[in-house]
Amino acid sequence: MGHEQATDRQRTTGQPEPGSARRTALYAAHAELGARFTEFGGWQMPVRYGSIIDEHRAVRSAAGLFDLSHMGELHVTGPGAADGLGFALVTEPGRLAIGRAGYSLLCAPDGGVIDDLIVYRLDEEAFLVVPNAANRPIVADELRTRLAGYEAELDDRTLQTSLVAIQGPRAAAILEERTALDLSDLRRYAAAPAMVADVDALVARTGYTGEDGFELFVAWDDGPELWRALLEAGSRAGLVPCGLGARDTLRLEAGMPLYGHELDRQTTPIEAGLGWAVRDHECVGCQALAESEPRKRLVGLVLRARGIARQGYPIRRDGERAAIGVVTSGSQSPTLGQAIAMGYIPPEDAAAGTMLEVVVRGAAVPAEVVPLPFYRRPGR
Amino acid sequence: MDAPETLRYSKDHEWLRIEDGEGAVGITAYAAEELGDVVFVELPDVGRVLEKDETFGVIESVKTASDLFAPAAGEVLAVNERLTDEPELVNAEPYEGGWMIRLRLADAAAAAAAELMDAAAYRESIED
Repeated sequence: MGHEQATDRQRTTGQPEPGSARRTALYAAHAELGARFTEFGGWQMPVRYGSIIDEHRAVRSAAGLFDLSHMGELHVTGPGAADGLGFALVTEPGRLAIGRAGYSLLCAPDGGVIDDLIVYRLDEEAFLVVPNAANRPIVADELRTRLAGYEAELDDRTLQTSLVAIQGPRAAAILEERTALDLSDLRRYAAAPAMVADVDALVARTGYTGEDGFELFVAWDDGPELWRALLEAGSRAGLVPCGLGARDTLRLEAGMPLYGHELDRQTTPIEAGLGWAVRDHECVGCQALAESEPRKRLVGLVLRARGIARQGYPIRRDGERAAIGVVTSGSQSPTLGQAIAMGYIPPEDAAAGTMLEVVVRGAAVPAEVVPLPFYRRPGR
Repeated sequence: MDAPETLRYSKDHEWLRIEDGEGAVGITAYAAEELGDVVFVELPDVGRVLEKDETFGVIESVKTASDLFAPAAGEVLAVNERLTDEPELVNAEPYEGGWMIRLRLADAAAAAAAELMDAAAYRESIED
C-alpha cells in the first residue's frame, strides 16, 4: 500500500517523535494506553488508542475522555478587560455574566477569521480566552496589540494548565462521583470553580462533540491525577479515552467548524454560518463584516453513492465540469453510516436538497446539500 | 505480528495466497492495524488485467487513503463484494473474510519466487 494523507494537517506516526513538538502532562498516560500520536498545532497528541470508530461511538452512547491540554489558556484581567475584549473580538464578553462562556472569533480588519475561540467570564475583571493550539501565538499577539489602549493585561498560562474533557450522555453521572459541585445547577456554557478528584478545577459545561459534557481546566501538574481519577470513576460506565481522530469525526457530525478547514483568513464568520456570533458593536473587523457580501456559503453534504469526500476535493454542479466549490472536511460518519462533508459553494447553490457532485479520485459522486448539523443529541 | 506461514508477502504489505494457479490478495494484519478502521475499499472490475506492482484499488481508513498494489501479475477473476457493505472485515479478518481480489496468475511459479517474502522475512521486515 502507499500512503497519501487524506487530511494534510495530521500525520500519524507509529512512534512519537522527540524534538520540536511539545508534550502534555498526560503524554506518558497516553503512551501507556497504547496511543498512536500525531503532531498537531505544535504538540504530540494522541490520534487514537485503538479504533477511532469505537471511541466515537463511546462518546455518543456513554462517555469519552479527551486530553485537550494543547489548547491555549489566555487570561485577560483588569478594569478594561471587558471593553478591550469587546474591541478585539466579534462578540461582547462584557455582556457575559460571571460564570458564563461564549463562542467568539478573532477577525482581521477585513473580516477574515484569525481564530475561533471560547471566552469564559471568571469574574468582573477576569476572562479566560481559549484559542486553538496552532493559533495561540498569533491570537496572544493580536490580543496584546488590541488591548494596548485598555487597562488590561494578558497572561498566557497555557503551559501552566492541563485541560481534560469528558463528553457524552454519561459524562455528568461520572463526573458527579468525583466532585461536590452540583452539576444540575451548571447549565450549558456555564463554568464554575470546584474541586474535582481532590484537585482545583474550573468546570465548564462546554464541548466540541454535540453531546453533553465538561471541560476541566486544572494546574498543569494536576492533569495526570485528574485523568486517572476520571478513567477509574467512569470505567464501569463505559468511559473510554479518545483521541483527536474521534474528536474530528464527532465535531463533523455536529456540524462544528475547525480552523484550517471551515475557517481561515480568507473566510468570514458569515460565510461559515457563524453570523449569529457577530454582535453589532465596534470591533476589529465588525465594520467590514457589516458591509460584506458573502462570496460563498458553508453547507453540509451527504454523498448519495459510494465514496468518501475529503478536504480539498472539488464540488461541481450536476453534469458540469468546472468546480464551483471545495470540500473543507469529510469522512464516513459512524453515527449516520453515510459519507458526510462540509464545504463551500456559491450562495445561490446552497439550498437544502440541491444535488451537486463531489469529485473523488477523478470520479463524480452525487452529493446532496443538507442543513447542518448532521447529528443532534436526542432531546435537543 | 500475525503473518500466516502459507502466504507470500510484498513490501507494500499485501499478501498472496496461491492455489492451483490462482492467487487471492489482501493486506496484512500489520497494515490493517496501521490504517485503523477501514471505511471504504475500491476494487477493480472483474476481467481487468494487472501487472505486478500495478495499483489495483484504494483502501480508506477514517484518516487516510492508500493505494493497493498487485503483488503478482494476473487477470482479476473475482472481487470481494462483502467489502462494499462491510469494509471493517479488513480489520477483523485480514487473511480470511477481508480478502480483496482473486487473480488468475500469469505465472504462479514466478509469483511465488520473485521478490515476495515468506512469513519469516515479512515479520522481520516489519520489526524494523
